Amino acid sequence: MIAHIAARELRALFLSPLAWSVLAVVQFILAYLFLAQIDTYMMFAPQLAGREDAPGVTDVIVAPLFGNAAVILLLVAPLITMRVLSEERRNRTLSLLISAPVSMTEIILGKYLGILGFFFVVLALLAAMALSLSFGTDLDFGKVASGLVGLTLLIGAFSAAGLYMSSLTDQPTIAAVGSFGLLLLLWIINWAGSSGEQVSGLFSYLSLVGHYESLLKGLFNSADVVYYLLFILTFLVLSIQRLDANRLPH
Amino acid sequence: MDKEILVDVEHLYRYYGPTCAVQDVSFQLAKGDVLGFLGPNGAGKSSSMQMLTGNLAPTAGKVRVHGIDLLDEPKRAKRELGYLPEQPPLYREHTVDEFLAYCGRLHRVPRNRLHLALDSAKERCGLGAVGKRLIGNLSKGYQQRVGIAQAILHNPAVVVLDEPTVGLDPIQIREIRHLVRELGNDHGIILSTHILPEVQGVCNRVQIINRGRLVFSDSMAGLEQHLHSQHLILRLRAAPPPQTLTELAGIAAVELLDDGRLRLRYEGDNPAAAIAETAVARGWGLEELIPERRTLEQIFVELTMQDPTAQGAEGEAA
Repeated sequence: MIAHIAARELRALFLSPLAWSVLAVVQFILAYLFLAQIDTYMMFAPQLAGREDAPGVTDVIVAPLFGNAAVILLLVAPLITMRVLSEERRNRTLSLLISAPVSMTEIILGKYLGILGFFFVVLALLAAMALSLSFGTDLDFGKVASGLVGLTLLIGAFSAAGLYMSSLTDQPTIAAVGSFGLLLLLWIINWAGSSGEQVSGLFSYLSLVGHYESLLKGLFNSADVVYYLLFILTFLVLSIQRLDANRLPH
Repeated sequence: MDKEILVDVEHLYRYYGPTCAVQDVSFQLAKGDVLGFLGPNGAGKSSSMQMLTGNLAPTAGKVRVHGIDLLDEPKRAKRELGYLPEQPPLYREHTVDEFLAYCGRLHRVPRNRLHLALDSAKERCGLGAVGKRLIGNLSKGYQQRVGIAQAILHNPAVVVLDEPTVGLDPIQIREIRHLVRELGNDHGIILSTHILPEVQGVCNRVQIINRGRLVFSDSMAGLEQHLHSQHLILRLRAAPPPQTLTELAGIAAVELLDDGRLRLRYEGDNPAAAIAETAVARGWGLEELIPERRTLEQIFVELTMQDPTAQGAEGEAA
């Protein structure tokens, strides 16, 4: 049942020009950044060659590429998630799902997996770009994999937060603004943490970016993975609650 | 009652904040019933239907579909329900076939029967020719039909239709009514509308809801009795003074209408035959003798307009 809802969601995304244009723009920008990184590497390669612990291709090209991809996805994710529930409410199509023998949890999970399906396409294209380097040189596949895991978790978190925002309102634009604000806040929350002393631990723990950076360096720490999983779970549960609350008297 | 009870609603209440939209509504629907749900705008029709289909949680009360409690076991109960809301829930970007196949899967129609179910729903709703077209490009009438097809696709025991004929042309309305009557043979149907002839045309039971309360609930046969008022309309060429008429057996009151006709109120059996005989015998020149029938509209208006404050409450709880 979840799979049917997810499949329809994904199909609906690709039936609208939005998904295609987002895909095109993101791919274009990532390709440009990729080339720029290669350029930088070519410039410094002769100097690096002589050093003992010189950073490899993966560190110079793939890690920054994934790092930038995260920022771009932060900008783009709200556009993809904004309409997922709010538009259903606006068009009054939600009653189709609610009158059908499916639970709220199934509806939310279906929608969530549908969005993830779209982002997996983005990820696959990005991974293909990074892996294309292996034709010419040796990549540190461990680091690439760790980065991809990090990006997957990060996207999972973006989607869950966006889905929740979309469940709050029937205006897609408000959902987009809301989820963008929330994600950006969680992204930069460690800035406050870096100056103070006492609160810093909490704020940098809360930050979406801190956990991602260690994964980019190839440090696979289960605490980081758990952070993202908890983040996703929290927002999914909130969305289910929100959807259910629509029916209740208040 | 030997008929199978498909829907059992007990003491349903729903508040929106302090406003009570539905108040103590109870009724039953048996197999083969086509129940017409009437009421002015904002009377609580749509709220009741949303509660029947699980789209709205009642503040208090119970809904059982085919014996299964909707609130305790929503997934099982909803299998037996088909619902067309006021605004058909259609994904405009899909084709009719795609959309209906999705609805079928949502309602867990087995894969091997899906194709059959699709074809029969499309045929019943006259959608055969538009299967490959985008829903967004269809006319309002066809969209409405897709909405109905969606509600009957999985062959549910109970079909709830909220104003199914809104926005259709007269021919389509006739087709939809025909379809509803046909569906009524082996399903239980609840139909909300504010078009009164529609109720008389297709339903075998009527309920009128006003300001959240059920004010009238009867079978169509029972309604027929209500429609017969204890009045006769009489036109005579040479009318005797009213007292003469009052002296006839069974006549309780005589009222002179503006156009020269007389309105007789009688008690007990219809005295039309006796009046005709007397009129002929005494040479009154009988021109017209009609039993006055009230229309459903009159009953509706009487029941819903009794309280002048009803006007003010309208529209608050749409």
